[in-house]
Amino acid sequence: MFRKKNYLALGAVTLLALLILSLPPRVTAHLKLTMGSLFLPLFGLANTTQQLPADLADSVLPRRELLQQIDRLRRENDQYKALAVQTAAIARENDQLHSLFGWQQQAPWKLKLANVIMRDPANWWRTVQIDLGSRDGLRENLPVLTAEGLVGRVSSVGLTRSQVVLIGDPNCHVSALVENPAHDTGIVSASGPLDTSLVDLTYLSGSASLKPGQNVITSGLGGVFPKGITIGQVMDSRPVEFGLYTEARVKLSANLGALDQVWVLFP
Amino acid sequence: MLNVSLMNLFRTILILAAAFLAVFGEATLPVLRHWLGAQVDLLPVLMVYAALNADLATVSLLAVLGGLWFDALSANPMGTSILPLVAVGFVIYLRRDLILRELSFAQLVLGTTASAIVPGLSVLLLLTAGKQPLLGWGSLWQWLVMTAGGAVATPFVFALFNWCDRSLGYQPRVEPGFRLDREIRRGRL
Repeated sequence: MFRKKNYLALGAVTLLALLILSLPPRVTAHLKLTMGSLFLPLFGLANTTQQLPADLADSVLPRRELLQQIDRLRRENDQYKALAVQTAAIARENDQLHSLFGWQQQAPWKLKLANVIMRDPANWWRTVQIDLGSRDGLRENLPVLTAEGLVGRVSSVGLTRSQVVLIGDPNCHVSALVENPAHDTGIVSASGPLDTSLVDLTYLSGSASLKPGQNVITSGLGGVFPKGITIGQVMDSRPVEFGLYTEARVKLSANLGALDQVWVLFP
Repeated sequence: MLNVSLMNLFRTILILAAAFLAVFGEATLPVLRHWLGAQVDLLPVLMVYAALNADLATVSLLAVLGGLWFDALSANPMGTSILPLVAVGFVIYLRRDLILRELSFAQLVLGTTASAIVPGLSVLLLLTAGKQPLLGWGSLWQWLVMTAGGAVATPFVFALFNWCDRSLGYQPRVEPGFRLDREIRRGRL
């Protein structure tokens, strides 16, 4: 049963696996990108296939409906233009107040839209890959968000795609602030593996006065996420370690289970 | 001899192509994850098929390439998935003469076992390497889904590969019993 050939093959594969596992991180990252790039033609094919029904539906859409859509979009556009003028006025006022008090002015966010092309095939990680890479100016630790709230941060960057580690993964810790009178701060960390909409907010002080529904935003501490990005809302809280500190469950604003497009935030 | 080696090569290519597509599918098709909260891994199932029907080189190649492809799309450190796959593949390969591989029940049992062991070993390896995978009580459910999914998929994978073998592969020529030179010529009497 145990022939020499079998032993040799088993030994060779085991040795190869151990060798790959012990490679330096930089080499491993290159190997990962090289192996991952083999899937690029399939990603292109999958995108085309997904786009095909939409294109087909567009081509058979009646002219009347298209005109209605254009009319609706035009009205929406006018509303947004008015809102932009109003926002610009508020921003000017804000800048004036900042300079009046001598506060440091917050730089405007620069955002870049990215498509989510795949999710982690392993169930024990919470990561996605996006179709922006180093050629688009991406680098590690850039915050990633949707219009609803924070999604995660860029964890590794390839030429044309990047990996984003989502909030709730053990490798994505976010310093967070609860919008209550005490401005309690804590760390958003991993939650259970099943529910992607809940995360744990830990290391809150033992006297933290949390109420369900209070907003949780990024605190700006830690240097990765700027202050003020919405994370979610407090669901419930409980004292832990004999009341030494408080832990809360936070319902995320962004729907991590249905991410199609995300924004990468450039400082 | 040449035909046999070509046949083996065809089967190897087929298995590796299936592994490639399986990994891609697991990364891009969110249906199961959306409904059941876990993604089913088809690599252990393919390893069961390869260990029972292919040669040692195919088993090794599937473990190495399948593992690397999986790790490349995942946050796993590169090489993590190779060892669990190779462990399962070799154990089945060494015992394959004793296994009734044509029986659906045997396929189901092997698929269940492989789909349960591979993710367990992967997580164990990650923990040993000092990584912190996302684990909790929900992981038990995910493990059950992966196991059950693998079990259900195994007979289908076997049927699919057998169909591919019959349709696309080389079929050995069956010699007919009738031979002209052995024909008994009857006389008038």
